[in-house]
Amino acid sequence: MDPAATGVTVAGTGADPAKTTMFPEEFLKRTFSLINSDKDRNSVSLVCKDWYNVERMSRRHVSIRNCYSVSPEIVTARFPAIRSVTLKGKPRFSDFNLVPDDWGADVQPWLNVFATAYPFLEELRLKRMAVSDESLEFLALNFDDFKALSMLSCEGFSTLGLEAIATHCKNLTELDIQENGIDDLGGDWLSYFPENLTSLEVLNFSTLTSEVSFDALESLVSRCKSLRVLKVNRKINLEQLGKLLVLAPQLIELGTGTFLEELVSGSVNGLENAFSKCGNLVTLSSFWDATLLHLPVVYPVCGNLTFLNLSYANIGPDELEQILSRSKRLVRLWVVDTVGDKGLEAVGSHCPLLEELRVFPVDPFDQQLGVTDSGLVAVSKGCPKLHYILYFCQRMTNAAVITVAQNCPNFTHFRLCIMNPSEPDYLTNEPMDEAFGAIVKTCTKLQRLSVSGLLTDLAFEYIGRYAKNLETLSVAFAGDSDLGMEYVMRGCPKLKRVEIRDCPFGDSALLSGLTQYESMRSLWMSDCNVTMDGCKKLAEEMSWLNVEVIKDEGGDDRLANKVYVYRTVAGPRKDAPPFVVTL
Amino acid sequence: MSPPLLDVEGDGQGNVSLMTSVSSMESIFQKNAGLTERNYLGLSDCSSVDSSAVSGISDVKRNNLNLKATELRLGLPGSQSPERDPDADLASSESLDEKPLFPLLPSKDGICSGSQKIFVSGNKRGFSDTIDEGKWMFGSSGTDSDTSNVNVKISPGVQPAMIKDATSKVASQEKTHATFGTNLNKVNASNPPAAKAQVVGWPPVRSFRKNILATNSKTNDEVDGKPGPGALFVKVSMDGAPYLRKVDLRSYTTYQQLSSALEKMFSCFTLGQCGSQGAPGRESLSESKLRDLLHGSEYVLTYEDKDGDWMLVGDVPWDMFIGSCKRLKIMKGSDAIGLAPRAMEKSKNRS
Repeated sequence: MDPAATGVTVAGTGADPAKTTMFPEEFLKRTFSLINSDKDRNSVSLVCKDWYNVERMSRRHVSIRNCYSVSPEIVTARFPAIRSVTLKGKPRFSDFNLVPDDWGADVQPWLNVFATAYPFLEELRLKRMAVSDESLEFLALNFDDFKALSMLSCEGFSTLGLEAIATHCKNLTELDIQENGIDDLGGDWLSYFPENLTSLEVLNFSTLTSEVSFDALESLVSRCKSLRVLKVNRKINLEQLGKLLVLAPQLIELGTGTFLEELVSGSVNGLENAFSKCGNLVTLSSFWDATLLHLPVVYPVCGNLTFLNLSYANIGPDELEQILSRSKRLVRLWVVDTVGDKGLEAVGSHCPLLEELRVFPVDPFDQQLGVTDSGLVAVSKGCPKLHYILYFCQRMTNAAVITVAQNCPNFTHFRLCIMNPSEPDYLTNEPMDEAFGAIVKTCTKLQRLSVSGLLTDLAFEYIGRYAKNLETLSVAFAGDSDLGMEYVMRGCPKLKRVEIRDCPFGDSALLSGLTQYESMRSLWMSDCNVTMDGCKKLAEEMSWLNVEVIKDEGGDDRLANKVYVYRTVAGPRKDAPPFVVTL
Repeated sequence: MSPPLLDVEGDGQGNVSLMTSVSSMESIFQKNAGLTERNYLGLSDCSSVDSSAVSGISDVKRNNLNLKATELRLGLPGSQSPERDPDADLASSESLDEKPLFPLLPSKDGICSGSQKIFVSGNKRGFSDTIDEGKWMFGSSGTDSDTSNVNVKISPGVQPAMIKDATSKVASQEKTHATFGTNLNKVNASNPPAAKAQVVGWPPVRSFRKNILATNSKTNDEVDGKPGPGALFVKVSMDGAPYLRKVDLRSYTTYQQLSSALEKMFSCFTLGQCGSQGAPGRESLSESKLRDLLHGSEYVLTYEDKDGDWMLVGDVPWDMFIGSCKRLKIMKGSDAIGLAPRAMEKSKNRS
């Protein structure tokens, strides 16, 4: 098409603006308003200055995946009309206690700026941020239109903060509290929702431990007719769950309470009935204490389920078989390894549409066998569409993983955790290099990889050579020398996040990523062989990187035991605690 | 079950037993500096460990594994011990009271109740300590307990396995680099060979999930062990006892039966007390003496009802009692002051 005829002006052509017709701003605005993906919007903003400007004025949602990569002032200056913010803070290894308390990622400085710049803020999604009760209260009081709050893996707040949210957010549609370091003081925060609040659509308090007032919950559920996601906590029993279901048959996602109590048969029928009326349910989760005694109450809805989260239920293979044989449409399944290989065989036989499987260890420190290589192979045979796996096991073989790669070449996320560090192939006693080699060779779409077991530099050579789409890599107790990391840093162009612990990678490896760090979100290295000198050198070479070392208490001062490197336009942290040294 | 810690101290010094168990821990851990320096329990002088009687150690080793369980618990987050009174024998047992043997987790993991959290944050240790030991905790209470007290049920049958788990949890691999404060060492051969090396933050399971799953497995054990739908097991704790018991309330029909059963169950824990009071010998302790102990000024039997209130046992009809009782606690009489009037008031409100 003739560019002039369509009126498109291409930047940089030197074309005379007067001779060409630009798209009117209104047109761009309307078009861009249909573009919701951040990635697309980022691309759009790079086209030319006008597009950049229109895009930035019309952006409603911003995702800041590293809260220190940019400052709130910069964000609000560029995007004046944001209504929804996603903010992620600490490095992922903070989930596993590798990051000290008080490291940072405080949400308050962001809220302070948002209060003036985004008074109409509606949604805030936080992950691994430090959130205090005061911050939650601040949020509740300063944003009249606030609608949706989601916190995952955050910490620092208590149920008092939730009380503030419940009390003051008059238009609340979403309250999603998951797996946080929350100080559950009880205190019945749920009762603080005012009687006239009817807007709730999402309520997830499944991981809070204290009892909430059932009356308040019942009343809330009954008056919030748009409620589509309800995930209660373990204190809610089956009978109460039944009452809630009767009030909210429109639910799309349900997190149960405990299955522990014994119901009289009348109640069981009532509960089954209640479930059968929930025609929209596609997600079921929690299942605390579930046994075959009362699991059958959910059978009426199994046929519609696409996501089944049994990761809090220590059920065995028989229970799993019962559920799965009725859940042919499952796309995502999370289980605990108590289901064993037998349970995974059931997965393979009943779930042809399965795309994601996560198997969590019931007791990470236990010697029990849990699931093994044969379970993984069984799943891969029966579920060719599988592309996401998270698998905790005690032992694995190269052969099994190679088979899995052949059966499921579409892996985008392959996270295998052999729980004993540096564990070799248990049949051949060889390193697990070939296993991961097969994965990266065969699964060309691989975006995320977590490796484990005994690995030599060869595994990393494979990764560097084949994993061209790799974005996230997690490594622990692996590798022989700097070469390992060098292979990866030099070979994988799309790396975004690399986290390494307990590997013999030193300064040379660290510096081999010089060209990568600019396009990466972050690098974490702990308990490797990196020295302070190496970090200093990196910091000198790359001025737009923050090279932070988390100091040990009394360790060798020349060693940099924990290094966190990330790109930033905000300069060195102003809120760094004393044990975080920016070089 | 032989009485653990209470036997050890013969000299009435509350500190000794605790100290000896700490010192025997020292023999297990090659690097002990971390353990003895901290003062989570408000122990007056942990440094007195070194000076504690050597004989105490052999006593400790002679005792059953349960003692080890109590040792392991020392200094771990979430454990709440009142300041020990060096005079009373029971002081040491207070410090090993019903509060968690295997505390659920450190404050940062967020399942702690408010009271626990306040305690831990008040004694905020270095990151490493919280981390390491938090890693080692596995969960405890089943679904029916409230969160203000995280208790672990250790039934006699389960004990050895749990102890093994506990010791294996405590064991860890010596790391080549000094990880942030982790001075973790392999447990020596005195522990079961299956003791696994532990590393901070590995395997990479979120603390929340780790604790929940561990809690689950304990709960499911209980569920599977139930004799039938008629059973109503509630936990019974006793001030000063290092572990809890469970009783099936439905197997009794009167308060008297329950009371006798509890007396028998907890007789071992009161032996020490008798010893300090100059009773001629433990063997001669009779039921009547126990009953005196239990019903006298020393102990009262209380229960927590569905509303979360602690009530005195015996006020309401038996059926009403088992309908509302969630757990039992044998409290020291002095702690139960003020309980009785409330109980009366409540039953008045009920009727």
